[in-house]
Amino acid sequence: MRPFRVGWLFFRVGAMNELQYRANFFVQLFKSVLALGVALVVLRLVYSHTAELNGWSESELLIVLGIQLVMGGIVHTAIQPNMQRLVEEVQDGKLDYALTKPEDAQVIVSVREVQIWQLVDVISGGIVIAVGVAGLSHGVGAGDVLAFAGLLLLGAVLIYCFWLIISTGAFWIIRMWFIAELFEGIFATGRWPIGIYPGWLKYSLTYLVPIGFAITVPAEAVTSRLQWTTVVVAVGFAAGLFAFTRWFWRFGLRRYSGASA
Amino acid sequence: MSALAEPVREESRLRSMVDFYGTTIRTAIQSEFQYRAATYMYMLGMVAEPVIYLVVWSTIARSHGGTVAGLTPGDFAAYYIVWTLVRNMNIVFTPYGWEWRIREGQFSGLLLRPLHPIHYDIANFAGGKVVWVLFYLPIAAGLSIAFKPTLHVSALEVVVFLVAIWGAYLIRTMALWLLGLVTFWTTRASAIFETYMMAELLLSGRLVPLKLMPGWAQSLAAWLPFKWTFYFPIEALVGNLSTASLLGGLGMQLLWTSVGGALVWVCFRASVKHYTAVGN
Repeated sequence: MRPFRVGWLFFRVGAMNELQYRANFFVQLFKSVLALGVALVVLRLVYSHTAELNGWSESELLIVLGIQLVMGGIVHTAIQPNMQRLVEEVQDGKLDYALTKPEDAQVIVSVREVQIWQLVDVISGGIVIAVGVAGLSHGVGAGDVLAFAGLLLLGAVLIYCFWLIISTGAFWIIRMWFIAELFEGIFATGRWPIGIYPGWLKYSLTYLVPIGFAITVPAEAVTSRLQWTTVVVAVGFAAGLFAFTRWFWRFGLRRYSGASA
Repeated sequence: MSALAEPVREESRLRSMVDFYGTTIRTAIQSEFQYRAATYMYMLGMVAEPVIYLVVWSTIARSHGGTVAGLTPGDFAAYYIVWTLVRNMNIVFTPYGWEWRIREGQFSGLLLRPLHPIHYDIANFAGGKVVWVLFYLPIAAGLSIAFKPTLHVSALEVVVFLVAIWGAYLIRTMALWLLGLVTFWTTRASAIFETYMMAELLLSGRLVPLKLMPGWAQSLAAWLPFKWTFYFPIEALVGNLSTASLLGGLGMQLLWTSVGGALVWVCFRASVKHYTAVGN
């Protein structure tokens, strides 16, 4: 429970900090509305040329888009700011301050930053999912919703692991200014069901970069495509990746010498 | 005396300008070469965007008997592989970077030089292009193996393309410089940048070949500078443009570069009066 208590504490401090800058909320709202507008235009454009994309209807793709927005909101609120700070601190040798704290280092580097205004995307994504679900021809049962929520959480864990693994690379590569662009580029692939990608890319986007598990699989839960085997594989993969991430983080940390020392 | 000295000064000014460009470009090439791994990682993120568009539109084409709006998966592959080359060319100093430039006092240094600061940006990024395009070639080869583009080019198309990518670079430099100047007036310029980027995405051919857009959007795009930075250079190589449209397109690029250059010149003079340095 301790990691969660520490996380909650940092979240409250971060939120209070951000609440001082309320105008940023409107800037973020404007950007989110704009990004959503573009995404909807793209969807409309695609479906003006076809009735279905690889078996997915427009409403179903709205759900995929909504999930990608929600996941993006979570990443930008709580994951990416922490990981970028980690990379910067490795480069500047400031990570010492985090390492000397009497708490698990991985927990500390994962919870220090929070950008609450980014949660706007979670809300707008939620609305898009709701609109998409309303347009489905079949109903969504309580079981589907439960599976969806669970898989979404699992997806967030997977993306956290992925971010921490590439950020840990900073212990070797040092200069990692490209990291945000790299992630955004790959993350954008999640806006479409990964089934449309050619085989080599599909498997990379599932196991190498867990976008498929994080976005397409929760979408499958809502659109009655989910198979039990997928859930089992997803849970097993998440547990394995989490353990690997923990090991890899400690392995990388051993290389850290600090610049100030 | 001045009448005598004038021609000599003009000549030496030109020579020092050429020298400045040459040196800056060489320096940029050398410094880009240092961080190969980082550049490749950055490109990997960049290549994702066209690959997504390519996969989506090829999927649609295949499910509709092989074409959508007359384009086959092979045409889309050619379009988006060349897209990435053009994208490499038209990345310029970002308007978001201006906030950093001003905050960190970087811009004060540029202002002290006896040269308009836009020359430094043009030369510096031009040097980077040489390295980026070189690095992109193996990626382009890999993409060609994976997606099998259909590409038939004539000599004229190649020549026009090679000129047009630099035209695209100059137009976009001017446009984003103008946007960057907004930061002299307000600190919340990012909303304006995002609006610009959205318009560019939809009306430049960055998202899809403009052929796929509704008719009214195509007519709108004809009046704006965006398509000359993406659609025209790409189409010059992969499309079947007539000689007249190829040369006319270069003319349009020249027109927009001049308009952009004039606006930069006027707006910069007005904006720089607003400039206050922060920092060291």
